[in-house]
Amino acid sequence: MKTEESGIRWGMVIDLDRCTGCGACVTACQVENNIPLTDRQGFAEGRNLQWLRIERYWEGEFPHVRARFLPMLCQHCDDAPCEPVCPVYASYHTAEGLNGQVYNRCVGTRYCANNCPYAVRVFNFSEPSWPQPLEQQLSPDVTVRSRGVMEKCSFCIQRIRRGKEAAKLEDRKVRDGEVHPACAQTCPPGAMVFGDLNDPDSLVSRMARSPRRFRLFEDLGTEPSVIYLKGGGHEHPG
Amino acid sequence: MSTQDKPYSAARMNDAMLSSMQPPTIRWFLLAFILGAIVAVGLYAFTVQLTTGMVVTGINRPVMWGLYIISFVFWVGLSHSGTMVSAILRLSQASWRRPILRGAEAMTVFSIAVAGLFPLIHLGRNWIFYYLIPYPSQYGLWPNFRSPLLFDMVAINTYIIGSGIFLYIGMLPDLAVVRDRSSGFRKQIYSLLALGWRGTAEQWRVFSRGSTLLACLIIPVAVSVHSIVAWDFAVTLVPGWHSTIFAPYFVIGAITSGVAAVITLMIVIRKVFKLEEFLLPLHFDNMSKLLLAVCLLWSYFYFAEVFTTWYGHKPIEWEWFSYMHDHYGIALFIMILGNTIVPIIGLCFRSVRRSMPALLVITLLVNVAMFIERFLIVVPSLSHKNIPFAWGSYTPSWVELAIALAAFALFFLLYTLFAKFFPILAVTDVREQEEALIGQQRLGRTQVETLVNEE
Repeated sequence: MKTEESGIRWGMVIDLDRCTGCGACVTACQVENNIPLTDRQGFAEGRNLQWLRIERYWEGEFPHVRARFLPMLCQHCDDAPCEPVCPVYASYHTAEGLNGQVYNRCVGTRYCANNCPYAVRVFNFSEPSWPQPLEQQLSPDVTVRSRGVMEKCSFCIQRIRRGKEAAKLEDRKVRDGEVHPACAQTCPPGAMVFGDLNDPDSLVSRMARSPRRFRLFEDLGTEPSVIYLKGGGHEHPG
Repeated sequence: MSTQDKPYSAARMNDAMLSSMQPPTIRWFLLAFILGAIVAVGLYAFTVQLTTGMVVTGINRPVMWGLYIISFVFWVGLSHSGTMVSAILRLSQASWRRPILRGAEAMTVFSIAVAGLFPLIHLGRNWIFYYLIPYPSQYGLWPNFRSPLLFDMVAINTYIIGSGIFLYIGMLPDLAVVRDRSSGFRKQIYSLLALGWRGTAEQWRVFSRGSTLLACLIIPVAVSVHSIVAWDFAVTLVPGWHSTIFAPYFVIGAITSGVAAVITLMIVIRKVFKLEEFLLPLHFDNMSKLLLAVCLLWSYFYFAEVFTTWYGHKPIEWEWFSYMHDHYGIALFIMILGNTIVPIIGLCFRSVRRSMPALLVITLLVNVAMFIERFLIVVPSLSHKNIPFAWGSYTPSWVELAIALAAFALFFLLYTLFAKFFPILAVTDVREQEEALIGQQRLGRTQVETLVNEE
């Protein structure tokens, strides 16, 4: 089988100065990717199935406190720690820089989740189920994962596939801004931008060159494909 | 420790040493039944997990590995005693090993077999465990040979096969003795197992060469097995796991718990099968010295690991370290007490090294401490990884506890069955030594009491 060489490297820029922490991206992700809902107890036990979460940190002492929001999703590392440790190649790297997960192959050693410094890999502790009538709105493009399987953000690979198929029919490359993951499409303040990092003119590449850029745990050498933007010290005091 | 007044006829020694193989009593059946019942409870717990999912365990994000992996490391550690101790002592020609070696080797085989169950139990989808095995399939898919879990799978299987062969080959002459003493159906089985051993000079020559060769081969396997278990942790990016000292530290930890367990078993076997005349205080003295040495080494490694972490004071490493200190202070204290303070001080005294009750307490304490050590390696590091938002904690559920307990019962059950159906003492080895001693006594002018230098 020949690997498709499209020359694309998918990536995302998240502007933290725009993020309001509203959580719309979390809901969009949940709906798009057939993610089962977790109840209060599941959250308390640390078994919430969320491919994307908003991490809220408090800065300062009361009354001078300020909330910080950090949307956290799979960073699609170029040198991903989760990939080499999987004994069955369920976690693997695609030619387009995505960190793929083969649900059928996963035996559930949970080694990848241990080795993920971002703790974005979630495990199906029980058989997925939805309350009535939510099971009617499952997306036909996305597999429902069985219990015992690890899963995580796929950058909405089903949307990427659709975009590439459309482009192929018209015999052209995927245009910048043609493909959006559910979270980026939904984000009300437009804090999330998705695109090809290998194309220097794409919006995501131009934003990624911002001096406000940083990546999480750069010192670990994981080379994430998610780039955060954050202004340094120019904000109003809380 | 008098050796003078024994009538050393081969038949009498055979009788005494094979006493464990006499037809089972009611008490034996009762013991086997209780152990079997505990195993059954564990089996039930596993069925619950199998049908419901990992939700019945205490595992969560971020602590994705729990009691199963802790038990796995513990049992692999225990398995390091036997074969390794037996092989080293065989190569260094320490003749006091003779009464111990069979019990120790059997312990290795059964504890590694129990250990091998845990990686399978802990899988999210246990029913496709064979994806881990490198076999040619129509998918054309192979397992990932870069994954330490695959190293693990290979190492554990090698060790099970290797130590099994080591145990079996060493047992051949004894199986022949049993064959000659049994009759009927049993005789047929033991004849098959003894592989036609007749005790000719040629057979003995091949046997001794083969055992020496196996002893040489099994030591690197044993070292590599626990190094690989250590690398399951050390190759990751998890703060507190990613440490170069882990492999040697794990190997020493394994030998510590292994040697302690061998001493515990020796005390039990000696008492239960009334083998006071074969397992002498001298043997316990020597094994205790070995335990003392490895406890010192373990303490040194632990100190080296902790000292550098403390001095470096890297924030994230300091985080899990202080988390462990704050939340598992008592466990940490018991670990230091059981692995360092009590054995190192206690075993310095000759009277302690030769006192069965004292040794029993110390060796059990060492293994309790080693179990805690494994817990403290796995859980606190995972609880406080890099992302503070996803910090958590872990409490094992009843399912995990039942399975961990059943593993102990399974080990003792296997061991009890083995002692009933196979010679638990190395009959021919001991006889060889005792007969050599008599020869020495006839030639020499004085009564020779030393058991250490026979060659």
